[in-house]
Amino acid sequence: MDLLNHLSTHWNYLGCITLMMIGLYIAISRGNLVKKIMGVNIFQASVILLYVSMGKVKGGTAPILIDGRSDVIFSNPVPHVLMLTAIVVGVASTALGLALVVRIKEAYGTVEEDEIVALDRAEERRALATEGVESTDVQGGGGKA
Amino acid sequence: MGEQVMGSVIEGVLFLFMIVLAIYIARLRSLFAAAMLFGIFSLLAAGMQTMMDAVDVAFTEAAVGAGISTVLFLGALGLTTSEETRPVHYRFTGLFVVTATGLLLAWGTLDMPAYGDPNAPIHQHVAPHYLDDSTAEIGIPNVVTSVLASYRGYDTFGETTVVLTAAVGAFLLLGGGALSARSGRDEDHEEADSSGDSAAGGEGSA
Repeated sequence: MDLLNHLSTHWNYLGCITLMMIGLYIAISRGNLVKKIMGVNIFQASVILLYVSMGKVKGGTAPILIDGRSDVIFSNPVPHVLMLTAIVVGVASTALGLALVVRIKEAYGTVEEDEIVALDRAEERRALATEGVESTDVQGGGGKA
Repeated sequence: MGEQVMGSVIEGVLFLFMIVLAIYIARLRSLFAAAMLFGIFSLLAAGMQTMMDAVDVAFTEAAVGAGISTVLFLGALGLTTSEETRPVHYRFTGLFVVTATGLLLAWGTLDMPAYGDPNAPIHQHVAPHYLDDSTAEIGIPNVVTSVLASYRGYDTFGETTVVLTAAVGAFLLLGGGALSARSGRDEDHEEADSSGDSAAGGEGSA
């Protein structure tokens, strides 16, 4: 009963947390980089919703003043302002992230995380192998001399 | 009273839709479909914000979240790939981390004020001042505008700086000529590079 009561008064927080966690799940468990950015975006949208929901006053209305009336209840404008900033910053970071993804695609030919890691490992192995060949060559040359 | 019940019903339905959409976005392999669903998700978020009296946030979200973000995603998909190939690898680690974090956060809500509570601490700080005195001090009926442009103008200035930084970063990443590409790995490097330039132009105008 206590839990139900909590759910009825705090559903906005719990709903936002659910959305947030779905976004986080996409960001950490999906290998595709574009999908990861989508997850981060869902996370961001739910954080915005969380803040906006805290500014809501029961029976209130949008904080636009009406001339000659003082009996109107207004919701809190401060979270709205902060979240306006957050939305714009969010789209800027999305653009930057997607630009990075496009760059990674150009350099690696793939946007799947595990393929990129595999390519990096292969490169490291190749580099180590050539290093090893060179050093044995030097050693062999030294032995002959 | 009936109006409030109606509002709660609409908010609940919107929230449910958003959760279902988010789960679908997580499950879909077709990234194109996921990008379109993300647009719908943003639009639903805008509807939700309207229900919560944040009309300014709602139309920014509808324009920027549902509009520009979707365009950016589609552009990036055009330059990369529209199909997610690999299945998830660390699904259970992810699920565990997410569930644990979610439970911790839910535990944290026990201390939070109830939804719509007019006596919550957030409503006792500077908000009454903005609502009562902004007519005399600024003279714009929309309080959000006067807070955004005047009381908290430095925030907006910082935001503009962030947008500029991101735009410069995107230009450097996409437009600034090719980094020496790893040879042999990218057959379509030329093509990707030329279209990368056009994407940089698109982001600049966005």
